[in-house]
Amino acid sequence: MSDSHGHSHPHGPHPFQPDVEDAPLTHYQILQLAVAELLIEKGVFSGGDLRRTLEAIDSRSPADGAKVVARAWVDPDFKARLLADTNAAAAELGVDAGTIPITTVENTPGIHNVIVCTLCSCYPRLLLGLPPDWYKSRAYRSRLVREPRAVLAEFGTALADDIEVRVQDSTAELRYLVLPMRPAGTGGMDEDALARLVTRDCMIGVTLPDNPDT
Amino acid sequence: MSAPRFPPGATVRIRSAFPPGHVRAPWYLRGRTGAVSHIVGEMGNPEEFAYGRCDGPKLTVYRVRVRQPDIWPDYAGPPHDTLAVDVYENWLEPAGEEAP
Repeated sequence: MSDSHGHSHPHGPHPFQPDVEDAPLTHYQILQLAVAELLIEKGVFSGGDLRRTLEAIDSRSPADGAKVVARAWVDPDFKARLLADTNAAAAELGVDAGTIPITTVENTPGIHNVIVCTLCSCYPRLLLGLPPDWYKSRAYRSRLVREPRAVLAEFGTALADDIEVRVQDSTAELRYLVLPMRPAGTGGMDEDALARLVTRDCMIGVTLPDNPDT
Repeated sequence: MSAPRFPPGATVRIRSAFPPGHVRAPWYLRGRTGAVSHIVGEMGNPEEFAYGRCDGPKLTVYRVRVRQPDIWPDYAGPPHDTLAVDVYENWLEPAGEEAP
């Protein structure tokens, strides 16, 4: 190899790594692009409006949901309002939860809730941001309703047999948020510190909030 | 709001029907029996919206809780595990009535 560079290997362009554009556009991707272009051409909204809307969607994060959960942990009256009307309760904290009704389901010592949408991938985006890819996967959507405890175990969540695992399948025009239980040993923490314990996955219900002292 | 056909606590069956088109009752629950835990409210029918028919009557939506062993006879977890699902009234029938 060192004495004669005999060109037994090709010097053509390197193969490209796979890119998202490699797969042909699907029917619905083409339809979506065409409808968006037509709406802009007809002046229903501008390209800037569309970009700003996408940016607004992208700007939401689990921090919004965590703020709501932490307040519910420290304020029982707020928790009651959250369970009665999640969108209105979130608005009290300056969190715009949008117009699609969100229902908060509360974990208790006896009931553990976990959320899925078997028909598509409904998700409380305005409180949690964009869903993780696994939430939209066929594996999660089919297995969570069939063997929820096995799926939870894969997330590191082992629940005792005397707890009722309650899978919530979002099939109508509303969304779900899990209110996890406040971890033991957090009595001295303020609301901001509590909010940092509340992760996206524990508001989906696949994990429990970590106790920082364990 | 008209009186809901099924009060909380009622035993209901999700219809075992297989119509074509846009359908909102998950396949794995059709023919399964559970109990109404909550009346969610009245909502437009997405099975009509899918075809551009948006003026039809609203339907009552029910939260139905089904015991996992009643969905999957070989369910691996404890028998008190449940699944909750929101079902439009057109997909429910009283349990005990034979499905058509």
